[in-house]
Amino acid sequence: MRGRFVFKGARVVDPTAGTDEVRDVWVDQGRIAAGPVEAAETIRAEGLVLAPGLVDLHAHLRQPGFEHKETIETGTRAAAVGGYTAVAAMANTDPVTDHAAIVHEVRDLAAAYGLCDVFPVGAITKGLAGESLAEMGEMVEAGVRMFSDDGNPVPTARLLRNALTYAKAFSAEVVLADHAEDGPLVAGGQMHEGAVASSLGLAGRPAEAEEIAVARDLAIARMTGGRLHLCHLSSARAVELVRRAKADGIRVTAEVTPHHLVFTHEDLVTYDTNLKMHPPVRTHEDREALRAGLADGTIDAVATDHAPHAVEEKEAEFDLSPPGTIGLETALAAVLTELVHPGILPLGRALEAMASAPARILGAGDHGGPIEVGRAANLVLVDLDREWTVEPPFTSKARNSAFTGRRLRGRVLATMLRGELTVANGKATR
Amino acid sequence: MNKHLLSMHDLTAEDVTRVLDTAASFREVGSRVIKKVPALRGRTVVNFFMENSTRTRISFELAAKRLSADVINFSAGGSSVSKGESLKDTALTLQAMGADAIVIRHSSSGSPLQLTRWVEGHVLNAGDGTHEHPTQGLLDLYTMREKLGRLEGLRVAIVGDVMHSRVARSLSFGLVKMGAEVTLVGPPTLIPPEAPEWGVHVGYDIDAVVPKLDVCYILRVQKERQRQEYFPSVREYARLFGLTRERAALLPEGSLVMHPGPMNRGIEIDSDVADLPTSVIEEQVTNGIAIRMALLYLLLGGSGEGEVA
Repeated sequence: MRGRFVFKGARVVDPTAGTDEVRDVWVDQGRIAAGPVEAAETIRAEGLVLAPGLVDLHAHLRQPGFEHKETIETGTRAAAVGGYTAVAAMANTDPVTDHAAIVHEVRDLAAAYGLCDVFPVGAITKGLAGESLAEMGEMVEAGVRMFSDDGNPVPTARLLRNALTYAKAFSAEVVLADHAEDGPLVAGGQMHEGAVASSLGLAGRPAEAEEIAVARDLAIARMTGGRLHLCHLSSARAVELVRRAKADGIRVTAEVTPHHLVFTHEDLVTYDTNLKMHPPVRTHEDREALRAGLADGTIDAVATDHAPHAVEEKEAEFDLSPPGTIGLETALAAVLTELVHPGILPLGRALEAMASAPARILGAGDHGGPIEVGRAANLVLVDLDREWTVEPPFTSKARNSAFTGRRLRGRVLATMLRGELTVANGKATR
Repeated sequence: MNKHLLSMHDLTAEDVTRVLDTAASFREVGSRVIKKVPALRGRTVVNFFMENSTRTRISFELAAKRLSADVINFSAGGSSVSKGESLKDTALTLQAMGADAIVIRHSSSGSPLQLTRWVEGHVLNAGDGTHEHPTQGLLDLYTMREKLGRLEGLRVAIVGDVMHSRVARSLSFGLVKMGAEVTLVGPPTLIPPEAPEWGVHVGYDIDAVVPKLDVCYILRVQKERQRQEYFPSVREYARLFGLTRERAALLPEGSLVMHPGPMNRGIEIDSDVADLPTSVIEEQVTNGIAIRMALLYLLLGGSGEGEVA
């Protein structure tokens, strides 16, 4: 039994429709209703922003196989708390999501918890081994629309060519997402290669490794006409390559993470393992280029690369600690604090990059707006000005947040998934 | 002085001078029949060595014992992770032993700094990964000052695999801090591209550098760097960058040859050169004990005023 609600006096920011206006939004039977709806529960939304529920193109939910880091339950609850109604779950589980059975298992588990829709990402290669193609057709039939070996770059141009070409067989549109870093050039690398790494005695991952891989991927995308998505861009030159590729008509989309938009390699001088990630956070110039690329649409989406790890795994030596930071609970607040409030990014563009653009890339038709009558009621209600400090415990099972200790401005108060509140008063309802 | 010694950057030039002066007074203790003073009686020093090192561990152990501290050696092969224990768990164990100071040697850069978050005692970096080895840097500064009478204006070349050398980092930072003129020499593949930002010069031609030196500091070459494509062969390395007898003959009168040990005789340094009177390699070892006594004393014990010995 889904509830009846009215968001009273909300500032409705709808990036798909391109509107920003104060009005009431009615919900009935899991959908946006024309209203008024009888016996509707009122949610006071004066002074608050109502937007399409956020969509994450890039989360590691860790189940099956790494339940000590995160589970689908804790991960989707963290997503809901962060304002998400849909997340793409990366394939590097154990067993790997390289066949339909795992796709069904992951999606069904998520559906049972009912906290956030999960779109399993299929592996491009069997076992993520980078050798032979996974049975993509079977996974497409199971509903998969995005494939990625994320964590591992697709190792050769030939394999990427074959995957992008093979993907044309399907009537459904499929996108291949690559973690673009040249493997041998980053082997052993712990952080961005540069002055900070060399004085800290940490082996570097040069920006050129991303530039090389992005250039290769774009050439193959042009050659095959396939749809390419570039995960977590981190360098200025990669942004420029994507900008030119889009101008040339290559079918490419790209994402950036909140941490790459906020941090630089200078922040690693304390050897904080929560700031260790692949690709690494880089220079001030790189960060500025990522911000500009997001603002002008070269970078389509903000994606979290939510990468939970157990406490003991992160409280290890820097070179032995696994890369990644959690991000679902802080992404919107980080983007608001660092980009929207300072006037670098308009609110509408931020919400487009966090909801409608990723929904379009993922083929998640029920998500990302528009907020209009008859559409699924997937919504987020945000207090743009509520300040809070990022600190454990998190809703996620993990606590490896790069943002730990930071003061953020902007907080999700409610999240609605198909007419049900998954988050109310800033807390998960289940 | 800072509470910990993690990096040469933790010390001001005045701190360095104070450490070297204190070491000079402890140097005398080592020449006595009874080589012991009561300065740290009742204090506990843990030598926490997660990477094999006989020399540095013995040097720290002797230093602590000559100051009458209780010394515990906690060694482990491999990483804490390989034992299924996090670095933090290991740190808390050491803390529970009541360590007043923890001397840490570890193959992972940054682990001494991480340790300071979890223990209450003083942390001394005895070499971390490819980051720093500040006590080695200080004993080298001590040796140079003792032999040449000053540090300011000294012309020093550090020759070899700077990229992977914690000794080169600490020594470069220390020498620059004290006003010396440093040139890094080696295969370009093994000199960090950002090294000029440390305030040093970079050169690739050892023959051009040697005749203008007060100190020629030779780094140990790791043979595995050849497999990692940094240089074609050990033979070619020795030919282009080794301190051969012919090159050593170009060193000005009174200049020093130094090496942090252990040496690969015949590769980075000719056997004959290592045994020349200009070579002070053994004195470096002796001075190491005095430097480590000084550091333990200054960090744990003393105000730095009054009689130390």
